[in-house]
Amino acid sequence: MELTRLTIHELRDLIRKGEVSPVDVTTAYLDRIGHLDRRIQAYTTVTAETALAEAERCTQALRRREPMGPLAGIPLAVKDVICTRGIRTTCSSKILAGFIPPYDATAMVRLREAGALLLGKTNMDEFAMGSSTENSAFRPTRNPWDMDCVPGGSSGGSAAAVAADLCAGALGTDTGGSVRQPGGFCGIAALKPTYGRVSRFGLVAFASSLDQIGPMTKDVRDAAILLGVIAGHDPLDSTSADLPIPDYEAVLTGDIRGLRIGIPAEYFVPGMDRDVEAAVREALRILEGLGAIPVEISLPHTDYAIAVYYLVATAEASSNLGRYDGVKYGHRTAQSAHLIDMYMKSRQEGFGPEVKRRIMLGTYALSAGYYDAYYLKALKVRTLIRNDFSTAFQRCDAILTPTSPTPAFRLGERTDDPLQMYLSDIFTISVNLAGIPAISVNCGFTPGGLPIGLQLMGKPFDEATILKLADAYEQATPHHRRRPDL
Amino acid sequence: MARITRDEVERVARLARLRLTDEERETMTSQLDAILGYIDKLNALDTAGIEPTTTVIPMVSVMREDVVRPSLSQEEALANAPDREDVFFRVPRIIED
Repeated sequence: MELTRLTIHELRDLIRKGEVSPVDVTTAYLDRIGHLDRRIQAYTTVTAETALAEAERCTQALRRREPMGPLAGIPLAVKDVICTRGIRTTCSSKILAGFIPPYDATAMVRLREAGALLLGKTNMDEFAMGSSTENSAFRPTRNPWDMDCVPGGSSGGSAAAVAADLCAGALGTDTGGSVRQPGGFCGIAALKPTYGRVSRFGLVAFASSLDQIGPMTKDVRDAAILLGVIAGHDPLDSTSADLPIPDYEAVLTGDIRGLRIGIPAEYFVPGMDRDVEAAVREALRILEGLGAIPVEISLPHTDYAIAVYYLVATAEASSNLGRYDGVKYGHRTAQSAHLIDMYMKSRQEGFGPEVKRRIMLGTYALSAGYYDAYYLKALKVRTLIRNDFSTAFQRCDAILTPTSPTPAFRLGERTDDPLQMYLSDIFTISVNLAGIPAISVNCGFTPGGLPIGLQLMGKPFDEATILKLADAYEQATPHHRRRPDL
Repeated sequence: MARITRDEVERVARLARLRLTDEERETMTSQLDAILGYIDKLNALDTAGIEPTTTVIPMVSVMREDVVRPSLSQEEALANAPDREDVFFRVPRIIED
């Protein structure tokens, strides 16, 4: 039995029964990383020594029959935008290349308290800005299904690691689609929780009103398990919701009869990719067969979402990234005449082109004379987008769309035209603006063997319904059991 | 809506504390111009009377008791310092002569 092929819940059962030890699993993953990651480049940092030491401690604790957490002995990967105490956290940026956080993000603390082990930190677009992981300052990550293609972004490293069985599961982050889009491109389950569901403490901030940490896993049940561990109020994050967390695994009954699924006209346009359309319509037929009821809906302001996002997110980013000034941490330029000179040179040397572009756009949108016309206007359209969803959810329990207009594109295909790259997020971005949860699952493959993502969007704090629908669909299909040929 | 000029790019770069190269300034001007052109579509929408959304959560002014709690130690706080002297972060001169 190939240990690295197993899901979190399968490993959990074997570990609890004592049939497999955490050391066995961790060793198997580290071996596989050693063989394959040279080509895939999913990891920025592999914490082999500490992972094995933790695995050893966990194995001993299990032998002594000590009480164990829900993720005891499970080796996971974490996107390099999430602070891990004592372990290099770079955000795939030169400006943080040597940064070692003195604390763990709350999500990381909760994973550890549940008994999980850390295999390493995964590659990403710099500061989570990108849709292909090609904006990483260090190296691009390859899609395990086709090494000439991107894994998506910005959580491309986590997506590739899960798809290639280089970890049992991973955390990513999603600001405009950065968990779901790579999840779709790499054929895995990937969930963005409701804004406020998971603490952002220790998540290096990109856009503070949009960012969320989310699970990226081999199947939906695993996503439910990870969400249950990391979700919940955190006094250290004043934007985290003080609401009870349901048992997300318990809701996966497979019974979706009577659930109404909204099909938004704006996401199914003439000229859309035929493979994507065929796969998503087939998925809808399967869901109908299981008892769900399709309902035609409209999200009329869909077409404005990208414009809104590239004002709101960039404005917030320009503010958040102001802290990288070379004073207390991060890259500082070697020679400077005075303080402002130091700021300018350090940031010039440390930031990549996409990051600079977004800081510039955000600064412009907020600057005197332009604030009303750009930023304030975008915030008002954001209200219209939110209202679209509130209206739609009066008539349905979840909304079904493709995750992306196309499957994974080739490395280098969109790097010359930033706007082309931005447009690939059209189906994921409204979700972040509205603050609602959404999940992507694999709904099939193109004739060329590339995964196609199916997205289900849910009502605020109703991750349970989209998990239940996604799980029912997934269990009725074989796609989640396929693995790339590596 | 006005599109962006090279002078404005220079002004914004100064606000953002970025020292762009000449080449970057060129590329940035045309790229930002294209993006702002795309963003122009927002003007087609009538937003009179619409409240701006600044947050998607219901909470406002979340507070806690003003009580001292454990935080980072001085050594932890200084550990990533590019240049430190004793318990200080050292930086180039702030005030010019």
